Amino acid sequence: MSALRFDDVTIRLGGRDILSTASFIVEDREFIGMLGANGAGKTTLMRAALGLTPVASGAISVLDQPVTRGHSSIGYMPQNRGLALGLRLTGYDVVASAAIGARFGFARLDKAMRREIDWALDHVDARDLARRSLGELSGGERQRLLLSQALLGRPRLLLLDEPLISLDPAHQKGVVDIARRLRDELRVAIVFSAHELNPLVNAIDRVLYLGAGAAVIGPVDEVVTGPVLSRLYGAEIEVVRIKDRFFVMAGDVDVERDAHRHERGDHGHSHGE
Amino acid sequence: MFEYDFMRTAFAASGVAAILAGTVGFFLVLRGQTFAGHALSHVGFTGATGAVLFGLSPLGGLVGFTLVAGIAMGLFGEKLAERDVAIGMMLSLALGLGLLFLHFYTSAATQAAALLFGNVLGVDNSALLTLLLMAAASLAALAFIVRPLIFASLQAELAEARGVPLRFVSAAFLAIVAIATAECAQIVGVLLVFTLMVGPAAAAQNFSRRLAIGVALSAALALAEAWGGLTLAFYSDWPTSFWITALSGVVYFASIAARRLAA
Repeated sequence: MSALRFDDVTIRLGGRDILSTASFIVEDREFIGMLGANGAGKTTLMRAALGLTPVASGAISVLDQPVTRGHSSIGYMPQNRGLALGLRLTGYDVVASAAIGARFGFARLDKAMRREIDWALDHVDARDLARRSLGELSGGERQRLLLSQALLGRPRLLLLDEPLISLDPAHQKGVVDIARRLRDELRVAIVFSAHELNPLVNAIDRVLYLGAGAAVIGPVDEVVTGPVLSRLYGAEIEVVRIKDRFFVMAGDVDVERDAHRHERGDHGHSHGE
Repeated sequence: MFEYDFMRTAFAASGVAAILAGTVGFFLVLRGQTFAGHALSHVGFTGATGAVLFGLSPLGGLVGFTLVAGIAMGLFGEKLAERDVAIGMMLSLALGLGLLFLHFYTSAATQAAALLFGNVLGVDNSALLTLLLMAAASLAALAFIVRPLIFASLQAELAEARGVPLRFVSAAFLAIVAIATAECAQIVGVLLVFTLMVGPAAAAQNFSRRLAIGVALSAALALAEAWGGLTLAFYSDWPTSFWITALSGVVYFASIAARRLAA
């Protein structure tokens, strides 16, 4: 069984083909790092898998079933923005609001629901963090707490959109370690999008690289190479490898680093990605 | 002061409106849509003056107009409800139209003052019953949507992915806000709706980090401010609306101080 499967998928947004006849398969329990330039379609791909963005042609299946909106076997962690309003609230209340938030009719937060929330918090070591307000948490702690929400409903596939954004290297490593542990303990497949390969390179099974409407999946050694990336970026790309670190260079510019820096100062405008 | 019939009615009416405003206002502040709430009250002014001009009940016009405007804002999507300039324009346009209606209506002055600044002592028993029924219906509707509303307010993208109908929730909520606005306008007038809708809610969010406690506190503060204002007005003979705004301001700024001290 595959966790996520794209068959000749074309997604068109605002007259532009974000993906054109892209095909790839994410196997069950596989940890995939998803990379690509800004606007290459990382967020769009996740939203399409969630049934939120329509496909122009082709088919997407999740756990061998066609995509439906509100699919309970997908855990999703959107890119962290727009949470400024709830910063005063405790982490627990925020997670609880997600746990019960799809139900109309004044649903009660019953014992079973509380157990489920505690279970999700425990899996990311956030039970204690949840007592504090979001505004008091560091970036890394907040990401862990938000990550717990993706576990509610015990999904089989996790779609994590840029969990490393604006974290320092130590916290990046912490989040990646938790993701890897979740894959092993909960036996889920993970698609983890990022701007930079290096924080992920030792944790992931394969890499999914997006660019120029195409999606290429495979082992890091085969995908992150000059010829493949030149095609995806539509520019001459050179990959420099020093031990376990990769540097994706266009001329003398480090493409990934540059993209990351751009994103930091420009949070609100990545919606069309 | 309770020996007077009009005072008993005023206490009941302001109590009903305050509890509704405090509860609904909490979510308005949580969603960052306070300006939308403010604009709705101005639309209500147009509705009320228009209704008077055509010989209809001002409360009917107030409720009708705010309700339609609230639902429209919600349906246009989250984005519009947060767009300051568009809302600001709508707000002044509404006030301008209201002014035009008043211009055509001869006994304008007292009517205008009552609409703009409230006249809680003028609420009669049939109006009280209307307020009570509208508040009960609004709170029931709020309870029905409250879980998806909180989820959508805090994390819209995640809520959408989990199947929450964002647009429906947004429109339903602004319809509830519209009713609450109309009720408040009866007590403190359209210009001062903020004082009961936003003041207590913002203070409650400064005082508490828990959702449930925050909602209860917001309603309690609104009630205390409304009744406190009435009492002070009774003994001082100054306007009720003034006292309510004063109390609301004091409580809000105290909450900021308390938050600073706690941090």
